[in-house]
Amino acid sequence: MITRNLSALAQALAGKEISSVELTQLYLDRIARLNPQLNAFITVDAEKSLAQARAADQRLAAGKGCPLTGIPFAQKDIFCAKGWRTTCGSKMLGNFTSPYDATVIAKFDAAGAVNIGKTNMDEFAMGSSNESSFFGPVKNPWDISRVPGGSSGGSAAAVAALLAPAATGTDTGGSIRQPAALCNLTGLKPTYGVVSRYGMIAFASSLDQAGPMARSAEDCALMLNAMAGFDERDSTSLDRPTEDYCAELRTDVGNKPLAGLKIGLPREFFGEGCTPEVMQLVEAALAEYRKLGAETVDISLPNMKLSVPAYYVIAPAEASSNLSRFDGVRYGYRAPNYSDLNDMYSKSRAQGFGAEVKRRILIGAYVLSHGYYDAYYLQAQRIRRLIANDFVAAFKQCDVIMGPTSPSTAFKLGEKAADPVQMYLSDIYTIAVNLAGLPGMSIPCGLAQGLPAGLQLIGDYFDEARLLNVAHRYQQVTGWHLQHPAELA
Amino acid sequence: MSLTLEQVRRVAHLARIEISDAEAQSTLGHLTGIFALIEEMQAVDTAGITPMAHAQDLAQRLREDRVTETDQRAAFQAVAPETEGGLYLVPQVIE
Repeated sequence: MITRNLSALAQALAGKEISSVELTQLYLDRIARLNPQLNAFITVDAEKSLAQARAADQRLAAGKGCPLTGIPFAQKDIFCAKGWRTTCGSKMLGNFTSPYDATVIAKFDAAGAVNIGKTNMDEFAMGSSNESSFFGPVKNPWDISRVPGGSSGGSAAAVAALLAPAATGTDTGGSIRQPAALCNLTGLKPTYGVVSRYGMIAFASSLDQAGPMARSAEDCALMLNAMAGFDERDSTSLDRPTEDYCAELRTDVGNKPLAGLKIGLPREFFGEGCTPEVMQLVEAALAEYRKLGAETVDISLPNMKLSVPAYYVIAPAEASSNLSRFDGVRYGYRAPNYSDLNDMYSKSRAQGFGAEVKRRILIGAYVLSHGYYDAYYLQAQRIRRLIANDFVAAFKQCDVIMGPTSPSTAFKLGEKAADPVQMYLSDIYTIAVNLAGLPGMSIPCGLAQGLPAGLQLIGDYFDEARLLNVAHRYQQVTGWHLQHPAELA
Repeated sequence: MSLTLEQVRRVAHLARIEISDAEAQSTLGHLTGIFALIEEMQAVDTAGITPMAHAQDLAQRLREDRVTETDQRAAFQAVAPETEGGLYLVPQVIE
């Protein structure tokens, strides 16, 4: 049961092979047994999950189920969920029980899905290894001495270890795609504005986007159908016609399903910087794509190398502004002792935030401060435009861009924790996509010394359906996405 | 450019984050490394390029001016560190 995909689980529920309560209990038991080793969840609340499962069973019995009804999903602890502790991986929100639902949570609820628990993450989604969580690092189920990636590392580890059929993630600079790559999952960051950010605790508002993390493109498509859509509560939500992201996946297109598809290979993704073992697997995946009828063309994204520097101005600038709301007044942590109001702010924030969050707030405050704004913040925004323009030019020559998701497979816990710059460079292939606001995916493309590697797919604006289809056709003829790690003892 | 300890203390003050001398010192080391990375931007000529603040060039939506939310003060204040009579309590700022 636990290795079935979402449609098979829906079928099992519809056919009364299993009830939602039984399925939920199955996952709760696995979480109880295996989470102590992985630390993938911050909060599990069996009573709440089972109550949702009972409601789902009634709904199914009444014949009112939809594709996700009764299926448990792990929710990244960045999404406010009413009545659930919602921490964002921070001591600052360690005692915060959300009084309201994020739109993403409300949409899963409306679909009758079960929330199986809130997953661990880098503090305020700032990190690439899940080591900045106040609640401790998450372990990669493929090798528990290694990181699962970040910031959606808990979601990735939970799904990879079969503690949940699928999970949500958020991606500001690669936080869905990189952990998906490191844990052998399929993850999709949609076009900016496709999924509502309401109730998703803000890190860098012009870059943050939520998306699905699952074991196949098919599962991601089903989830995106539930997650996407206009939301008047998010001022950057896009009002577009509803799409069925599964439609293209269902068509039968023979043995050259991708005939005519042009895959752009940016030379900046294929030069130095990527480990040979990951590159070999990426090349093998591209060979598979050629067999499916696609042709590859060389392209260039000349400003790609500037994406990390520009991102580390823009994201901290936005974060320093967003995180100013944590002041110990309306919610969250307040220091126990202080002398006056300013001292209360300063001590609450000093004690409530971890080292990486503080670093980014300080970078942001600095680049926005008088005398530095033009040199840093505006320059970064101009470079952001150059990067976005590179993609516009590239998509005149190709339909989809491919390359590695992450330059290496999962690294060791502690390996990069002391050096922020090394950590930042692990997102070198993913960050440009967020700056441009494009959709991006990572799909499993093989194992190197037993560790998963990801192939990144980047689409033009609103090309989620095409990306999912391109991923799905590969997954129909390969089995990498079906691999899972040896069961932990 | 190179950051100074004084600048680190100043931005920490601006950001309302108390910082000890030892923390300021280690933060200076980390920020110096990060700004070396950021400085790579300065080699690029961006004259004439319009800054891009957002992924989608959209105007802010307007809505009708009407009440859409219900009163949830009690629920929202239930998670506050300290409240009284519907007000948030903070240390006295005016004598």
